[in-house]
Amino acid sequence: MIARPSLADREDVLGGMMLAPALAYVILLVGVPFVFAILLGFSNATAGSLSFGWAGLDNYRAILSDPIFLRALRNSVVVTIGSQVLVVVLATAAAQVFRATFRGKSFARFVLLLPWAVPVSLAAIAWTWIFDSTFSVIKQAWRIFPFATVIVLAGLSSIPQEVVEAAIVDGAGFWRRLFRVELPLLLPVLAVAVLFGVVYTATDLGVVYILTGGGPANTTHVLPTLAFQRGILGADLGQGAAIAVFLLPFLIVVAIAMLRLAHRTEVGGAR
Amino acid sequence: MKRVALYGAALGFTVFAGFPFYWMLITAFKQNRDLYVGATDLSHIPWIFNDPPTLEHVKLLLWQTDFPRWVLNTLVVVVAVVVITVAVAVPAGYSLARLVGRWGERLGMGIFFTYLIPPTLLFVPFSRLVSLLGLQNSLGALILIYPTMTIPFSTWLVMGFLRSVPWDIEEQAMIDGYSRLAVILKVAPRLIVPGILTVVVFSFTLVLQEFVYALTFISSVNKMTVSLGVPIALVRGDVYHWGALMAAALFTSIPLAIIYNAFIDRFIQGFTMGAVKG
Repeated sequence: MIARPSLADREDVLGGMMLAPALAYVILLVGVPFVFAILLGFSNATAGSLSFGWAGLDNYRAILSDPIFLRALRNSVVVTIGSQVLVVVLATAAAQVFRATFRGKSFARFVLLLPWAVPVSLAAIAWTWIFDSTFSVIKQAWRIFPFATVIVLAGLSSIPQEVVEAAIVDGAGFWRRLFRVELPLLLPVLAVAVLFGVVYTATDLGVVYILTGGGPANTTHVLPTLAFQRGILGADLGQGAAIAVFLLPFLIVVAIAMLRLAHRTEVGGAR
Repeated sequence: MKRVALYGAALGFTVFAGFPFYWMLITAFKQNRDLYVGATDLSHIPWIFNDPPTLEHVKLLLWQTDFPRWVLNTLVVVVAVVVITVAVAVPAGYSLARLVGRWGERLGMGIFFTYLIPPTLLFVPFSRLVSLLGLQNSLGALILIYPTMTIPFSTWLVMGFLRSVPWDIEEQAMIDGYSRLAVILKVAPRLIVPGILTVVVFSFTLVLQEFVYALTFISSVNKMTVSLGVPIALVRGDVYHWGALMAAALFTSIPLAIIYNAFIDRFIQGFTMGAVKG
């Protein structure tokens, strides 16, 4: 029989101890509030009191018959999809440019990354100054495409050179190579970029809050700003939570779809 | 011909990404007359200095607003959050990569996914928690809440980073008679330094960027962070001090951009590895 290793050599014990604080933080401050957010959506809780009454589906019934909510939902969907389409097109194009070598490339790359580096709220206020109007879609695309470009560049560099060369030998031109060879191979990486972009855009509060504050007459709300207005400013925690929770299925579907896409392509022999 | 197209495209992207910054820059240093005359005088060219540049907005920002105070508040929060994140996430990442074996991978994936739970879903329960703890309108609320965003991603970063560090050095140390614990305390820290640096930079930039929680929890002007104070408190009613606003945006963005530029490749590795290789 092997002697029991001393405590200082027990990997499971050490591992558990080193992991415990992180697990505790995540469970207590993300897991529990997350469950609480979902429960709040079914309650009539308000910020002023500590009472917590079960309201069933009342909050959901109320928001679904609320034209302001439906408008906000539509805005969220339009802004998210619109900006992500723009991001994918821009990032793919920019990555084609930035994989080449040219004079002044490092400066150009620095400028390209600037939008991603500015705090959202400051970028939003700069946009109100420059364009004096509501350009949420372009604004979000402008903010996210540099990040996506770098992701795509990383993906491009991981495509085996033989594959591209073989395509050239077979006489494939630039467009054919792009659409038939590189884009399919880039799918997993693009999927990740889109996943982060969607989560980022769909849940962003700062841009719309600062650009329009939801106005005029509540026409430019997205789900997060409406949730903030009802839940925090309006003190109706239940309804605020219900609006925020509405995002969740949407995000889960996107996450699963993107991860499957990323995974399937890999398994399917692309690499 | 191909070169021309390449330079044209590169220029196009650079202008698209950089134009707002050029605009910030000239706004921050333009005289007021030069800034506002364009609305009435159509022959006025808005994208150049028509009058000599001035430091008046920068002075206004530094001496007549709470901007320096916000910078200080931001630094306090940054230091606290970075310390908490490193202390919690680095051991966890090490544990997942080296100690807990096969289920470490799954657990790591689970922790990473919590990063995808959006702040907009959590701010309602958090506002309740913060008021229960009596932390309303205090930097303590931000210091408590921000690690919920930094810890999951940082744990993931460290775990991924360690996978690229060969096991040899630690193994050799154990052959030389170190206990597993001694390896963790004496050998591993040196190996993880670049990973820790990435975690520090990530937490730092995230705190500087954050807006939603700051907006939810902080209401007094002198408790605000830069990303909240500038867009909320520099605007007085309908009066926008555009010069000072743009100067503030510029001062905050430039250091961040430099840091990002240096670390972006490592972040991307962290992001893509999560989903593609997971």
